[in-house]
Amino acid sequence: MLKRLLTRNVSRWPFGVLAVALCLFAAEARSAPDDARKEELRYLLEQDCGSCHGLTRKGGLGSPLLPENIADSSDQDMLEIILDGIPGTAMPPWKFLLSEEDAMWLIQLIRKGLDHEG
Amino acid sequence: MRGESKMIRRVVKAVSGLALAFGVSACAHDLRGTGDMGLVIERATGSVLVVDHTAGKPLGRVEGLGDLSHASAVYSRDARYAYIFGRDGGLTKVDILKQEIVKRVIQGGNSIGGAISQDGSLVAVSNYQPGGVKVFDSKTLDLVADIPAGKPGEQSKTVGLVDVPGQKFAFGLWDHGEIWTADFSGGKTPKITKYEDAGINPYDGLITPNGRFYIAGLFGEDGLSMVDMWQPEKGVTRILPHYGKGKQKLPVYKMPHLEGWAMAGDLVFLPAIGLHEILVVDSKTWNEVGRIKVHGQPVFAMAQPDGRKIWVNFAIPHNDTVQVIDTMSLKLVKTLKPGKGVLHMEFTPRGEKVWMSVRDKNRVDIYDTATYERLGQFEAEKPSGIFFTDRAHKIGL
Repeated sequence: MLKRLLTRNVSRWPFGVLAVALCLFAAEARSAPDDARKEELRYLLEQDCGSCHGLTRKGGLGSPLLPENIADSSDQDMLEIILDGIPGTAMPPWKFLLSEEDAMWLIQLIRKGLDHEG
Repeated sequence: MRGESKMIRRVVKAVSGLALAFGVSACAHDLRGTGDMGLVIERATGSVLVVDHTAGKPLGRVEGLGDLSHASAVYSRDARYAYIFGRDGGLTKVDILKQEIVKRVIQGGNSIGGAISQDGSLVAVSNYQPGGVKVFDSKTLDLVADIPAGKPGEQSKTVGLVDVPGQKFAFGLWDHGEIWTADFSGGKTPKITKYEDAGINPYDGLITPNGRFYIAGLFGEDGLSMVDMWQPEKGVTRILPHYGKGKQKLPVYKMPHLEGWAMAGDLVFLPAIGLHEILVVDSKTWNEVGRIKVHGQPVFAMAQPDGRKIWVNFAIPHNDTVQVIDTMSLKLVKTLKPGKGVLHMEFTPRGEKVWMSVRDKNRVDIYDTATYERLGQFEAEKPSGIFFTDRAHKIGL
């Protein structure tokens, strides 16, 4: 997974990649969500993100969040959007409810699609 | 053993023969009205529970309705059929007496709600994708009119669709900041009236119980927009401008809903956006007369049918709580903790009970509105909207 991310990022942002990689390693080393938290996060994605993005993530007031919709967005961009929101739109900052590690785990789950075990 | 089962078979045969012979009277015995019936949306499984609010329990489940996140329903005027608007663009007509789907059409890519016309003949659906509003024959679900909200490719998501007396519908344009009415009094081709400059991002709308004032809540700015349907020539007016002035906006983790009209006497109770407050407005002057601090971002502020109390639920992370406001003192009188994921509330027609869906507990709770006692509960699969049939005869619901 990490390798795939790295190779994809390398082609575009050879410098940014180091930061992303470090972040990921740091997140992994620090506190990846435990199983109970993962279950909560999965539920939150489905039900609460689902309020705007659709239960099946095909979109609603918010944009669709299927793997193909976000294939071109980097983890870092998505992390910023999730934690800080998009000012001037209905996307709120989730940093009051989610840690960076939570958000990063969710991004990977969105990329894989919810049918896969996260 | 063998003889025994043979006898059972014989008895069963005889009984079914009897049932056939007396089929008519058996049917007569099963007759019932729909006035105390309703639906509970089970959002994740694409099913609805048909419920009886006198008995306080579900009667059965209808499946196969698609993606029901954010689904809502309106009723035919005979209160037998429910029209359910699903997130996947599905419009499903359900016979609640027979507990079966009569017809289901996929009318858009992504829909958000709908309304039924004054005479009951038309069902309108507002769409996020591709945008605009589609109108169907309520009997057949055949398309009657397609109302694009803007140019192709630039269509707006539509929100807050309600019926308006005079065989009209009103709705807001999220992307374009407008309010439109579609008048079907002249036949199948609607006369469209556009109210431009209705504010940034109207997110939902409601109409007063008498069908006079259409009000759109604004997400993109403080304030609400109003059109007086008795004097449409006066255009759109802004009410409560700058209600959040000078205050740091809090994140809104779930859009409030304006469905239902929290009105008590002349006072109107509205959820603020980005503030943990309920705004109180005098409907004679449309000025703010008070605000009530509440537990979180309000989602629904709903008046009991008698207008004596307002019940409020909240966005995450406060969605385990329901608060009750006394409309005489404008004070909080009760805080309930039914459990995580209280998504919707519905009052029995005269308001002695309130039903709440508690999504994360897979439960519907029934409370006494006078004593706040929990009178009952039953299991439901990720319940969200609750819709009783008395909505069939209310303007705007």
